[in-house]
Amino acid sequence: MSAILLFMAGIAAIAGWWLSQQRLTAKPWLEEGVMVDLREEGTASLPPAKIGLGVFLAVVGSLFALFISAYSMRMNMVDWRTLPVPALLWFNTAVLVLSSVALQGAHMAARRSDVDGVIVGLCVGGASAVIFLIGQLLAWRELSVAGYFLASNPANSFFYLITAVHGLHLMGGLVALGRTTAKVWHGAAVTELRLSVELCAIYWHFLLLVWLVLLGLLTGWTDNFVDICRQLLT
Amino acid sequence: MVDVPFDTVAGIPPAEVGEVELYHPRSWWTRYVFSQDAKVIAVQYSITAMSIGMVALVLSWLMRLQLGFPGTFSFIDANQYLQFITMHGMIMVIYLLTALFLGGFGNYLIPLMVGARDMVFPYVNMLSYWVYLLAVLVLAATFFVPGGPTGAGWTLYPPQAILSGTPGQDWGIIFMLASLILFIIGFTMGGLNYVVTVLQARTRGLTLMRLPLTVWGIFTATVMALLAFPALFVASVMLLLDRLLGTSFFMPTLVEMGQLTKYGGGSPILFQHLFWFFGHPEVYIVALPAFGIISDLISVHARKNIFGYRMMVWAIVAIGALSFVVWAHHMYVSGMHPYFGFFFATTTLIIAIPTAIKVYNWVLTLWRGDIHLTVPMLFALAFIITFVNGGLTGLFLGNVVVDVPLSDTMFVVAHFHMVMGIAPIMAVFGGIYHWYPKVTGRMLNEVLGRFHFWVSFLGAYAIFFPMHYLGLLGMPRRYHDIGETVFVPASAHDLNAFMSVAALIVGFAQLVFLFNVIWSLFKGKEAGGNPWGAASLEWQTPETPPGHGNWGKELPIVYRWAYDYSVPGAIRDFVPQNEPPAALSAQGAHP
Repeated sequence: MSAILLFMAGIAAIAGWWLSQQRLTAKPWLEEGVMVDLREEGTASLPPAKIGLGVFLAVVGSLFALFISAYSMRMNMVDWRTLPVPALLWFNTAVLVLSSVALQGAHMAARRSDVDGVIVGLCVGGASAVIFLIGQLLAWRELSVAGYFLASNPANSFFYLITAVHGLHLMGGLVALGRTTAKVWHGAAVTELRLSVELCAIYWHFLLLVWLVLLGLLTGWTDNFVDICRQLLT
Repeated sequence: MVDVPFDTVAGIPPAEVGEVELYHPRSWWTRYVFSQDAKVIAVQYSITAMSIGMVALVLSWLMRLQLGFPGTFSFIDANQYLQFITMHGMIMVIYLLTALFLGGFGNYLIPLMVGARDMVFPYVNMLSYWVYLLAVLVLAATFFVPGGPTGAGWTLYPPQAILSGTPGQDWGIIFMLASLILFIIGFTMGGLNYVVTVLQARTRGLTLMRLPLTVWGIFTATVMALLAFPALFVASVMLLLDRLLGTSFFMPTLVEMGQLTKYGGGSPILFQHLFWFFGHPEVYIVALPAFGIISDLISVHARKNIFGYRMMVWAIVAIGALSFVVWAHHMYVSGMHPYFGFFFATTTLIIAIPTAIKVYNWVLTLWRGDIHLTVPMLFALAFIITFVNGGLTGLFLGNVVVDVPLSDTMFVVAHFHMVMGIAPIMAVFGGIYHWYPKVTGRMLNEVLGRFHFWVSFLGAYAIFFPMHYLGLLGMPRRYHDIGETVFVPASAHDLNAFMSVAALIVGFAQLVFLFNVIWSLFKGKEAGGNPWGAASLEWQTPETPPGHGNWGKELPIVYRWAYDYSVPGAIRDFVPQNEPPAALSAQGAHP
């Protein structure tokens, strides 16, 4: 459970930092009158949707941290046989990086009010995300052809499960991306779109980060790190 | 941050809170069924939760009938008994309490208490309810699938949960896991709303430290639930794969009915870690909203400001954080490293500190207050007593050496029913009696309410006090029929019969409550906008029940905290949160 505890410690640090800004030592029973609070001073520019996405990413992060915890506990059992990672995954990773970069480009274009740039960014980002998903399916096929079935070893089970969950989250992102693209297509003003494009870009970067961590885990790079964590706890 | 008390001379700027683009229902369907109004969603959540809760209540009757009069009711066999236990626990903890506190109370109270027009993402909020309803329907469907619902116990521990021999192994467990997965998805949608609404939609002047404790409780519980439910999600998905596709995440090598199963190498302990990483915060997900509600009820009905508001807030936050590092105290007998047991016993006992602070503060709020023994107040007092009671037995079970002999006895059942069964339900009832006038515009009947309270309160003690004693005798839990056992004296069987009769009576008292809720809807006394003389914002709406958008043209401006009761020199014994300070109103700066 070390991965999830680390993750929770991170969340607790963020929550603690935020709470420390909230005047928790105030004595509300002595204070009368209108107080200008922090939202109106600093973060008023943060739209609810952005905070909502932030909270959602914390939930998704917790989900993957738990999968990683389960993975690192299960891989210590004697029947674990690490499966060879298909080379295709490296191509997929590159495509996902491209997707993230394209969306970052769309976000920057939206800031400049450059409609064409937004369209190009969104389309390239969306298309490469779809290619990534197809690539993942091909990787699955490759593994099952080679005899690595879902139930034949826990390492395989985790591989299929974790990539599937990551893929599903990306598909959810594609729905949001599709809606944003449709809005651009129907000629919505760029100022209206800035937020949607930015949220898509943030979500994509997050999923890329998650993917890189998962890739490290699945290829065994993080084994050493996991070992250190385990030794810290035991 | 800079905190600027408002300049009392220059007048008040208009409320400059970002206007939520309100959704306007165009037909009966979108107004009452597919509504995006948090108040309607709250009522939908509450009705659904209470309906499925009634099913769980009936299940508890059946269990008590079997325990009190073993052998008398031939239609309850051992398998069914296990199924009743499982469904009773699962429904009560997740589908009733979690949904009612967060989906019901949260949806209704958060926007009103923070002075918002609605939740920030109304559409997602609506989806949340419909996914929850789907989860409930899938859960209810398990009663009708071949083999019936799962009988694995509410913890669904593998390997037995998916092996033959456990009732509901064919379909029940699959539906159960699917329903949990749906519930979590639905809850996440709602939870995002509650959190962001509290963060971003508070009206002008409403700093975090001016929030009513109900909002603090629901907010913290929601944050915890958002982070803890993924653990149940992961556990459910992996168990589902073990059951359906033959993976071995949790399933060890074992022989089933003389045959070696296809499973091998998995770790049941892994499931327990995941389950309790969700399961323990879940206790506080249910308790924190109750803490908040009780604080508000006590303050309003004792006409006194809450004692130690800051401590109360800090305690809520501390409990929320600590509850993530105590999960393995549910696993003392699972074969963990003994040092783990030591660690988790320590953290468990540390949680007693913020919890005790809360109890002291409630008692000190009551001290020399002008206590009105209204029905909500009676329930609030009952909550404090019951929670202390359950908390004290928690100290027993939190210690490894005491827990080991008490594990899997009726003592554990008595403990958790006191602390997270009876106590939160008392808070739910207190909350309903308190806010019903705001929701419907009418009071609940007082006489029926008192009858409901005394029968429920005394009856619950008649059921669960003796149960501690049975546990100390060594009476095991989850047994369909204890039979002739050396260490169980005949008097214990008489006690069991007594508890069963009490359970039936308490159950019928809840029907009186239901009757009261429906009858008062039409015939109850008109309540007016603020029948209890409460200071918090939800009682200051221009209309009762609050109209669409909650507030009139302008959002309220908040000038004080939510607990200004019996302020010396004030005209009334409460000062509403949105009433301008005397200096301002004298100048006529605000209507």
